[in-house]
Amino acid sequence: MLAALLISPAVLFIGLLVGAPLVLAVYLSFTDATAGSLTGPWIGFENFRHELRDPIFVDAIWHTFLFTAISQAVVIVCAGLLAHALVHAFPGRWILRFFILLPWAAPIALTAIGFLWFYDTQASIFTWFLVKLHLVSATNHPTWLGTPTAAMSSIITVQAWRTIPFATVIFLAGIASIPQEVDDAAAIDGATGLRKFWHVSLPLQLPIALVAILFGIVFTATDMVVPYILTAGGPFNSTQVLTTWAFQTGINSGNVGEGAAIALFMLPLLAFVTIAMLFFARRAEVT
Amino acid sequence: MTVALRRRMFQYGVVVPFAIVLAFPFAWMAVTSLKPEGQVYEQSKTWTFSPTLENYGYLLHHTGYMRWIRNSCLVGLAVVLITLAIALPAGYALARLAGRVGRSLGVGIFLTYLVPPTLLFLPLSRVVSELHLGDRLWSLILVYPSFTVPFAIWLLMGFFKSIPQELEDAALIDGCSRLGALVRIVFPISAPGILTVVIFTFSLVVNEFVYAITFITSSANRTLTVGVPTDLIRGDLYNWPGIMAAILIPSIPMALVYNAFLNRFITGFTGGAFR
Repeated sequence: MLAALLISPAVLFIGLLVGAPLVLAVYLSFTDATAGSLTGPWIGFENFRHELRDPIFVDAIWHTFLFTAISQAVVIVCAGLLAHALVHAFPGRWILRFFILLPWAAPIALTAIGFLWFYDTQASIFTWFLVKLHLVSATNHPTWLGTPTAAMSSIITVQAWRTIPFATVIFLAGIASIPQEVDDAAAIDGATGLRKFWHVSLPLQLPIALVAILFGIVFTATDMVVPYILTAGGPFNSTQVLTTWAFQTGINSGNVGEGAAIALFMLPLLAFVTIAMLFFARRAEVT
Repeated sequence: MTVALRRRMFQYGVVVPFAIVLAFPFAWMAVTSLKPEGQVYEQSKTWTFSPTLENYGYLLHHTGYMRWIRNSCLVGLAVVLITLAIALPAGYALARLAGRVGRSLGVGIFLTYLVPPTLLFLPLSRVVSELHLGDRLWSLILVYPSFTVPFAIWLLMGFFKSIPQELEDAALIDGCSRLGALVRIVFPISAPGILTVVIFTFSLVVNEFVYAITFITSSANRTLTVGVPTDLIRGDLYNWPGIMAAILIPSIPMALVYNAFLNRFITGFTGGAFR
């Protein structure tokens, strides 16, 4: 009884601020609502049909996939390595961990602007560096945000850069959660190095690591800060992802209904991640 | 080569290069922020330049920067208070609620944290304008708890679970009421955990971008994350040293605080599900 009283404000609040807007988003996606109105004429699946015929939208789904898959693959490898190197104490660990945490702690909307400067067409520090190493010529260097492939690589780099610290932190928690006895038992049984990692450490830390990975996937696929600030979807929509396209359609062009329809294409991914999370959370609890 | 030495080499061999790569952008921001505006485009002046603080002075005195910081802090404080008022009781109840119901409800609330602002900003922008909150900080104070509350409940659940039930039972036997035990025993013990929630909630608010850029339209009401990219870049001032200073000023203190509270954050974040 008391429990219900303590929980109900939270449930009510979340229902009003997450549940209701979600329903409203679904409703809007079936209407022709434009900026300045909460409702619009019901047009059925017209928004969805229109988007699926639009090459920019179809490309945006592909870009979202590339952006998420590549950046998170890089993150898993780097964070896995880092977490294993950081788990045991060594002189200087505090300050090195501080440096590694920086990209996660700083507001990404601001650091993304920093990268806008690092990728500057005239004075990019990356270009200067490569010129010094004689890897590119000073007169014919890459424009980091200027061509489709370079722009995609650039925003993937920034996304990986900013997600690595968070994944590292959660991987560390996963490694730390393995009881010392398990380690000792494995050592007594003669398991060392890679064998121990593969048969003992990895399975035990997998549930927590998977939660970190699923988080990274959701926050990358559904976030728009990095592409919005660095490229705003350009050049020629080559870095347009679902979120930036929804923002451009719904806010900049004022087609609220159509923007809502675009954003709803994130739901299948969210549903998949939700099911996966439930599955792994339960498994983690059993072990 | 001994095992200990090999491990040391692995540790430094991995951690040092990563630390350099991950922190380098901040070093370059710091260098740029100290350069006179005319020198930032000259490769010959990459490391040798005449350092100046005038960019910081300009940023603090001649732009809306201080106002945006104030706005971010105001919204952050208000949201932290609302979040604690809702999440403290719920987190405690969920941690103590035995059995399937409590666990499912806890996980269910946590999953709402995954519903992204990019999915909700369009309907919410309509709601905000219907409520005549457009371009007002109140719109952010109203909407931000939608992601801070699930996040805070999850962390608090983790912290409360780590407090032994016996402590509370002892207080009850000594004549404390249930609420008294909560206020006198549970909250004081979990003070570090609650402080962790306050800090990470505040930082979530300061970091938020999508709602802030959608709801706020006038320069005076912008928050930090939106004011810098819109007004400092698209405004008349396009001075990179000043912008770099604007990024560094909030980033460094936040990183220090993150570092100090990291271990507690991990306990709460993973404790909710894995204990």
